[in-house]
Amino acid sequence: MDTIYALASARGKAGVAVVRVSGPSALMAGAALMSRLPEPRQAALRRLFWQGVELDQALVVCFKAGASFTGEDVLELHLHGSQAVVSAVLRALADQPGLRLAEAGEFTRRALENGCLDLAQVEGLADLIDAETEAQRVQALRVLSGAIGERVELWRSDLIWAAAMIEATIDFADEDVPVDVLPEVLPVLSRLIRDLRAEVAGGVVAERIREGFEVAIVGPPNAGKSTLLNALAGREAAITSEIAGTTRDIIEVKMDLGGLAVTFLDTAGIRQTDDRIESIGVDLAIRRAQQADLRVFLQDGETIIPGLVPGEGDISVFGKADEAPGEGLRVSGKTGEGLRELVDLIAAILLKRSAAAGILTRERHRIALVSAIEALEGAQSELKKTEAMPELVAEELRRSARALEVLVGRIDVESLLAKIFASFCIGK
Amino acid sequence: MKHFDVIVIGGGHAGSEAAAASARMGAKTALISLRKADLGVMSCNPAIGGLGKGHLVREIDALDGIMGKAADAAGIQFRLLNRKKGPAVQGPRAQADRKLYRQAVSAAINGQPGLSVLEGEVVDLLQDGACVSGVRLRDGSEIYARAVVLTAGTFLNGTIHVGQKKTPGGRMGDLPSVNLATRLADLDLARGRLKTGTPPRLDGKSIQWDILDMQPGDEDPVMFSFLSRGPSAKQISCGITHTNEKTHAIVRENLSKSAMYGGHIEGVGPRYCPSIEDKVVRFADKSEHQIFLEPEGLDDDTVYPNGISTSLPAEVQELYVRSIRGLEDVTILQPGYAIEYDFFDPRGLNPTLEQKHMAGLFFAGQINGTTGYEEAAAQGMVAGLNAASLVLGRPFCEFSRTQSYIGVMIDDLVTRGVSEPYRMFTSRAEYRLTLRADNADQRLTLFGHSLGCVGDVRMRAFSKKSTELNHVKEVLKSLSFTPKHMESLGFAARRDGNRRDAYSLLSQPDLDLTAMLRGADELAGVSAEIIAQLRRESLYSQYEDRQQNEAAMLLKDEMAKIPSNFDYRALSGLSSELTAKLEKVRPATIAQTSRIEGMTPAALVLILSRLKRDQKFRDAV
Repeated sequence: MDTIYALASARGKAGVAVVRVSGPSALMAGAALMSRLPEPRQAALRRLFWQGVELDQALVVCFKAGASFTGEDVLELHLHGSQAVVSAVLRALADQPGLRLAEAGEFTRRALENGCLDLAQVEGLADLIDAETEAQRVQALRVLSGAIGERVELWRSDLIWAAAMIEATIDFADEDVPVDVLPEVLPVLSRLIRDLRAEVAGGVVAERIREGFEVAIVGPPNAGKSTLLNALAGREAAITSEIAGTTRDIIEVKMDLGGLAVTFLDTAGIRQTDDRIESIGVDLAIRRAQQADLRVFLQDGETIIPGLVPGEGDISVFGKADEAPGEGLRVSGKTGEGLRELVDLIAAILLKRSAAAGILTRERHRIALVSAIEALEGAQSELKKTEAMPELVAEELRRSARALEVLVGRIDVESLLAKIFASFCIGK
Repeated sequence: MKHFDVIVIGGGHAGSEAAAASARMGAKTALISLRKADLGVMSCNPAIGGLGKGHLVREIDALDGIMGKAADAAGIQFRLLNRKKGPAVQGPRAQADRKLYRQAVSAAINGQPGLSVLEGEVVDLLQDGACVSGVRLRDGSEIYARAVVLTAGTFLNGTIHVGQKKTPGGRMGDLPSVNLATRLADLDLARGRLKTGTPPRLDGKSIQWDILDMQPGDEDPVMFSFLSRGPSAKQISCGITHTNEKTHAIVRENLSKSAMYGGHIEGVGPRYCPSIEDKVVRFADKSEHQIFLEPEGLDDDTVYPNGISTSLPAEVQELYVRSIRGLEDVTILQPGYAIEYDFFDPRGLNPTLEQKHMAGLFFAGQINGTTGYEEAAAQGMVAGLNAASLVLGRPFCEFSRTQSYIGVMIDDLVTRGVSEPYRMFTSRAEYRLTLRADNADQRLTLFGHSLGCVGDVRMRAFSKKSTELNHVKEVLKSLSFTPKHMESLGFAARRDGNRRDAYSLLSQPDLDLTAMLRGADELAGVSAEIIAQLRRESLYSQYEDRQQNEAAMLLKDEMAKIPSNFDYRALSGLSSELTAKLEKVRPATIAQTSRIEGMTPAALVLILSRLKRDQKFRDAV
């Protein structure tokens, strides 16, 4: 059984961040970071070191299997809530043998399997897991958009191509396929390794991952989006006017919402338009809105917004409360009516999501890249042997595809077969 | 009135294996076939095994099935594919003499205690409430059984296409099973249509063999069955020739007359088995395509030209075949044809191959959207074992992805369904390095014995081998060598002072094995095959360790069963979209659930928690 770890505290800018480690190697991993583990169930202050560097001074608690949240050996590190500290500790844990970053919901699952939770408790936690999954999805969407997305797509196609060539020589050995694909596969692997290394060294992918949340305000033109934003910001951040289609760029306003870093996005009014520049603005608005953590749909009446539908957890609100009476959630940027309720609602939804998703995602991607590189190097060195075994090369490529899955998406046997059948005339 | 425990409909590869497996389990079994003489007929090419497929045959054999032994008895040319690559991707293959194969299967079926072969056409299924209770034959007679395995092959609404001509048929010369198809249509199962093709059959006497390249079999033939020692039939070579630009021109000019390109076929064909029309169109830049001329038998002049399946009109077939080197004067004995047939969405099946909508009804073979004798036989094995288990009140026999290619195939079918005829490839098995053809017995024979389908002869042979393997492995692990010693054996070890044991050194290619084992008295008299087998294991042991965690997790998820009446609606917090999907698919295990598209970790945890609670409740009662 693997030992898993993750940031367990949900709130972002809190004074304390809790990292939890669970599994057979949890206590050993803890012992490697400090002079001496405290007795089980006794909190003690410890200085954490890894590779000669002090990471933090933390409150440490251990739980023995059978008397812990998951039922396994558990280590809890209560750290100072700074991103740098949390990142450093997560990295140090990644270096410990047998440890890996937990998937969404994995702690809960272990607790469940060990009989430490009942259905009611799980239902309560399911919301949290959903929020974490959603946060990851949004981060992935951001990473994969634009020019970087194209590069990631290139990694994917390189990996598929290399694996498909190797698999073709294995599974279709008695067919009309090139016998020696090695001279072609090696340069592709080298390129891939070089790219992934560059990414680890000074990743552009990582830059895309933001701390804090993005909330997009979307709606038809002239629904009062900019007025609302200005009211939220308390200053004239966006240019407001009565002419529909004024906002063509995306205006960002950062603010602190109940301790959470939130960036509000004011987007172009979404409508069908013949104006080329405006229509670029509309496309941009739809894209950014899809990548945001939460969308506030500002409606004026029953207008449906083309290209965007409110998802689960999105907010629909009537925009010009000062102009007409009505039911439901209503705001007015002009009079301030309903603003408090809207802000509270947004904060409540975001608080449920792990504000630390950014750190975790970045660490997840770093680990993905590092293990993919390791596997690719394994493939490379096997390929360079005089008696290279293609099935071992294939195994390493499969491992690197699995590692990179969080970035490039799932690569399974169907992806490879499609490539093989498109490239070679297979079949008797 | 006749009563059996299990009825198997169809005597092809799926049917034969299903009936034999069911009878070995101790169930009183009837195999109903249109003609007794048709047991074990090879409708397509006269060959068994290959990559992935050879693995399946070995697994069937490890469970004491009939395909491996029959193929060994009928083999007229044995080749181990990928001989130069590692053992994990080597696949045994053989050309088989059709008649010898049929005889071997017939003998196995007729010699199987508890198994009766009946002749007749099944036109209807009998039902007792929601359960199957038997079958009705064309003559109106009824036969009763609590489990029925249907292996209808391409006979359900089969249509044969030669050029523009289409005739109803299940195989060339045989009528399709229309009544049964109509009856099954009433069950309202999700259905699709597939197609497959065959090449024209040639008269070997009219082929100019002397100008063709010949491909002989291996010098040291590798058998399918763990119980076989060597080939029994005379060994022959196959001829090799190629299509050419002239052939392609003829095909291209006549494309519109092809059933496929003329738009007469709606079924989906396999991408890995393109017709000559497909090859010419999709790979227009290729100037030739390889053809293997495979003799169909020792005393049969029919030759199967592997590589040019077609649905062009007969006269065009003659034209293009005769443009090929060595075939200038060839006589076509039977034109090639495409066949379209119905299959049922295998996602409607449990991993036991029992239909979710009718208890006791099992499907195996092409009816589930697969292609290939080996795939059919392996499903027959699974269906036969489970049909017998159902009637005998034993636990179901399930195969894991981590344990066998059979498990990989069943899981692929019931979880992902098919979009083209499903064929096994080694790349489908994520644990390929450990699921090898060479260790199929080590993976499955003991398991088969616990199920009750492995006989004494095989069990004794396996126990002996297994004991020897374990003993020798232990001895090898106890022999350790210093780097200096290793160097003297020809292996350039790192001089880190670390000792290594003889077992881990087995995988070193440049090591002098005999020198290493000299002096180990405990190993005197150990057979070379035992050492060779341990060497294969040692070769991958490092990867095996690495995969163990992953495999253990998957196995745990496969063990977490979800009852078929599980109430997804009672779970609060499951989205209505996901609920609808789960109610439609009704996954049998958590492993299957996790592979459903759109599944979220939270939903998985919710389902799991409900399962745990129900489990506790049951335990308490």
